[in-house]
Amino acid sequence: MSDPRAPIGDDDLHAYADGRLDPARRAEVEVWIAQSPEAGSRVAFYRRLNVELHRRFDPVLAEPLSAKMQEPRSWTRSRLARAVAVAGLVVLGAAGGWTARGLMHFDDSTGHPPAPLLAAQAAIAHAVYAVEVRHPVEVAVEEEAHLVTWLSRRLGQTIKAPHLETSGWRLMGGRLLPAAEGGVACQFMYENAGGQRITLFIKTAAEDQPETAFRFAQERDGVSVFYWLERKMGYALTGRLERDDLLRLVRIVYEQLES
Amino acid sequence: MEKDTGQHPIVAHIPHLRRYARALLGDRAMAEDLVQDCLERAWSRFHLWRDGSNLRTWLFTIMHNLHANAVRDGSRRPGLVSLDDSGAAFPIRATQEDRLDLAPVEDALARLSLDQRQVVLLVGIEDMSYQQAADVLGVPIGTVMSRLHRGRERLRDLLAGNGGAMLRRVK
Repeated sequence: MSDPRAPIGDDDLHAYADGRLDPARRAEVEVWIAQSPEAGSRVAFYRRLNVELHRRFDPVLAEPLSAKMQEPRSWTRSRLARAVAVAGLVVLGAAGGWTARGLMHFDDSTGHPPAPLLAAQAAIAHAVYAVEVRHPVEVAVEEEAHLVTWLSRRLGQTIKAPHLETSGWRLMGGRLLPAAEGGVACQFMYENAGGQRITLFIKTAAEDQPETAFRFAQERDGVSVFYWLERKMGYALTGRLERDDLLRLVRIVYEQLES
Repeated sequence: MEKDTGQHPIVAHIPHLRRYARALLGDRAMAEDLVQDCLERAWSRFHLWRDGSNLRTWLFTIMHNLHANAVRDGSRRPGLVSLDDSGAAFPIRATQEDRLDLAPVEDALARLSLDQRQVVLLVGIEDMSYQQAADVLGVPIGTVMSRLHRGRERLRDLLAGNGGAMLRRVK
C-alpha cells in the first residue's frame, strides 16, 4: 500500500474534513482514505463534529440583539461599573441585608419601600438561579401538580404557575425561597427556545398592602423586573429582556393569575 | 433611533462573537459579559482598525486577548462563578430535553484544554481558516494544527465512549 506521492499526514485529514485542500491534494487524500478505514473514520468524525457543533451553537446566532447592544455608545460602560453592579448582588446576598438602593434603578421614584424590596429580592433570586445549569429548579415541571400544592401550602396561599408556552416560554419548574422579611417566597422559572430564562417571584405581602400598578425596575446589568402587588401577594417577573417584551409577558401572567 | 441602515459595522459580528463565547465558556452570563467587554474595547480602539482588513478576525482577536487576560488574572470576577458543584470548570447543561443529545458534545468540549477548545471552535464553528485561527490566537499555524489534532482526537475518544450517541445522530 505504498503511495508514491507525499505522505498523507494528520494535517491533510483535518484540512480534508474542513474543505481546505486544493483539488489535487484532495484527490490524493481521497485515494488514501479509500485504502485506510482508520483515516476514513477519523475524517468522518471530524466532519460530524463540525456539524454537531453548528447544530448545538448556531441557535445563538438567532438570539435577538437588544437595542442597547446595537448602539455603540452603550458599549462604553466600564467593566468596573459592571463588576460593581454584580458585586452589589453578591454582597447583599451574603450580608443578608437587603436594600434596593444602589442596586436598582427605579423609574418609579415614588414607589413605597416594600415594592422595591420585592423587586430586589426577585432580581437577586433571578441572578442566583437563572444561570444555574444543573439545578435551575428544585422541583421540575414534570411534577407540576406537586410543586404547586407544596408551594401553596408553604406560602399559605393558593399559588398558580402561569403557563407561557404560547409566548414561547416553557415552564421549567420552581423552588421555595426565603423571603427577606421572614417567611417564604417562591420562584417559577421559564426558558425559551434560545435558552434564555425568566423567573416569576411570588411572596405573600403584608395585610395592609395596597394593590399597585405594574412597576418597572432595571438592574444595571440589563436585568429587568416588573413587579406588582395584588391581593396580599407580591409578584415580580424578571429577565434580561427589553421592557416592552417583558411587559407583554407580565400581562399574560397577570391574566392567568386573575382567572 | 438608527436601525439597519447606518448600523455600525461591528454590530453584524455580534451574533458570531456571542456564539463563539457561548461555546467556549459554556455559560450564558459569562459569554455575554465577555462579548460586552469585547465590544467596549473594540469601540474604544476602532480607529486602530484598518479599513479593508478583516473586521471579524480583528474582533475575535480582541475577544481572545480579553479572555486570555481574564484567565491569567484568575478570572475571579464576581457573578461569573459556576454554581455547579460538580467541580467541572465548565458547566454542563442537562435539562430535561437536551440531556440525550446536547450534553455529550458540551461535556466533551469541557474536557478539552482551553487551547484545544479555542481551535476546535474557531475552525469548527466559525469556519475560520487555519491561518485566521492562528492570527486570532497569536500562535504559529503549526501550533493551530497540533492543537486542532489533539483536540479533535480527544473528542473522538470521549464521544466514542459515549455509546456513539452523537455519531448516530448526525448524518
